[in-house]
Amino acid sequence: MPSYRKSATTALLLAGCIALSACATKAPKQLPPDPGASTTTTDTGAVSGPVPGSQADFVAFTQGQDTIYFDTDRYNIDSVDAAALQTQAQWLQRYPTKRATLEGHADERGTRDYNLALGERRANSAKNYLVSVGIDPSRLSTVSYGKERPVALGSDEASWAKNRRAVTVTLD
Amino acid sequence: MTRPALFALAMALAAPAIAQTQTQPPPTAQPDGAGLEVTVSDENDWQDLGVAITVFATDQDVPTQTNAGSTAALGRSVSQVIAADLRNNGLFKPSGPDGLPQPSYPQINTPDFPVWSARSAEMLVQGYVRAGEDGQLTVGCYLYDVALKQQLAKAGWVVPPSDWRRAAHKCADMVYSRLSGESPFFDSRIAYIAETGPKNRRMKRLAIMDSDGANHRYLTSGQATALTPRYSPDYKSILYLSYLNGNPRIYVYDLATDTQRLITQSSNPTFAPRWSPDGKWILYSMAVAGNTDIYRVPVAGGASQKLTDGPGIDVGGSYSPDGSRIVFESDRSGSQQIYVMNADGSNQRRISFFGGRAATPEWSPRGDQIAFTHIVGNLRVAVVNPDGGGLRYLTDSWQDEAPTWAPNGRIIQFFRTEKNTGKASLWQVDLTGRNERRLPTPVDASDPAWGPIRP
Repeated sequence: MPSYRKSATTALLLAGCIALSACATKAPKQLPPDPGASTTTTDTGAVSGPVPGSQADFVAFTQGQDTIYFDTDRYNIDSVDAAALQTQAQWLQRYPTKRATLEGHADERGTRDYNLALGERRANSAKNYLVSVGIDPSRLSTVSYGKERPVALGSDEASWAKNRRAVTVTLD
Repeated sequence: MTRPALFALAMALAAPAIAQTQTQPPPTAQPDGAGLEVTVSDENDWQDLGVAITVFATDQDVPTQTNAGSTAALGRSVSQVIAADLRNNGLFKPSGPDGLPQPSYPQINTPDFPVWSARSAEMLVQGYVRAGEDGQLTVGCYLYDVALKQQLAKAGWVVPPSDWRRAAHKCADMVYSRLSGESPFFDSRIAYIAETGPKNRRMKRLAIMDSDGANHRYLTSGQATALTPRYSPDYKSILYLSYLNGNPRIYVYDLATDTQRLITQSSNPTFAPRWSPDGKWILYSMAVAGNTDIYRVPVAGGASQKLTDGPGIDVGGSYSPDGSRIVFESDRSGSQQIYVMNADGSNQRRISFFGGRAATPEWSPRGDQIAFTHIVGNLRVAVVNPDGGGLRYLTDSWQDEAPTWAPNGRIIQFFRTEKNTGKASLWQVDLTGRNERRLPTPVDASDPAWGPIRP
């Protein structure tokens, strides 16, 4: 078994502990894991797993923690976000030649220009945190999509909470 | 891609070839009858005014190079465009051209007033279409007060066949201006974003059309998401945001050559582009390390100048008509609010103190009002005075945003988003808030930008 599994588990446990204390205020933390994450828990060996160092591997490694969520109009990194970003950082440190784009998003309940600016803020918050834990800033770029690319399509608080996010996407 | 050339409209007071010797009332002898006291802010007045719009006559029914057919068919089409302009904007409730007597060519200058009095028409619009040897068209437009048996206004235009609708809009503008006392606005165009596809994968294309939706044209293919266009004051180019090459940047799209260029060489994201009223400056917002500020850059080239400086999001902006001040949006106080500054960035002060969040301010071309999006749960279009007083809501729906002014500052367009589906459409409303209507577009639409009166 690759050694990173162990550190991933440790990080997840850590994240879970922090999440428990914060989940009352931030609905997205209770989201089920990304469906793609299930590949890491299978025990069928390296043949069926994602290529190490690939974006699929990153998604599998972070188990839903490739995305962090924000309150309305906010862009601060709370403890849950920090844990997720630390998990991302572990992977990025394991593959030091890999680059990543941080995509900032806003929910639909704002005006277009402001949401573009807000998405920039969120993407940069995530980037700055990764840099603070040792990731070379030259490996990280940001892009804001404002309210243009929702993942949850409803017009309700639960959907908006899922859309106020910053997603880390590694470049294959 | 083919595109129509931007024809200059040759304007001329074209007196009809006939009845030249008839004595007209001197221009100063305009009556002050009650029927002329029409404003868009008083519903009763315009509802009561009976404006009859007749089929435009022709001296000779000959083929034209227009899509409307011969000069006689074109005469009917011209009056239909005029009637639709006046009717669709809720300004008047005109009758005709269908169902009305059709004046002959000689009657254009000498209306049969008793006929129109008997039909209870108070105002009468007549006109003519003539084809020139060179293929050019001459359109004459006349407005009469039936009760006073007087001509109130007349004008004529020589246009290439492709611009025949402009002559109709010019006539509608003449009638509207003469009866309302307001500045014209029909002869103008709109840039907007055409939307198709599901909510999470919307295709967004830059598109343009006349103020009545005619002459519609897509400018971009949709491969790169396009947002927030703004027509230049001379209609030669359009500022807009494109995700071409993956990152949001502002481009200037040249309508004569169908080419575009970046407005700055910076690799930072740029968005929320605006023109200065004289077309010499571009106002834009740029995020540097996550912090957005407002900049301006000369259109002719040169260095950008930073106008705001602070940790908050400063975004958007709209010039006062004289170009001396800029109204913009900032969350430096903790939430989006409206601020005004001098055009060089000095003397920044907040003007919105009425609760909620205030976004996308747009200065009226008349200078007397600022339209904006007020966010208190729902998003609504509202106006305030430039000092921040006199808040008035113009719409009340789930999500209305991004107001843009008619050239005369009497009507506002905006876009409305449907809950859940995310489908967006263009709407307009007058300053009373009563006359609201949806604009026809081929597909869903957002981010309208109303240009000035065409040069």
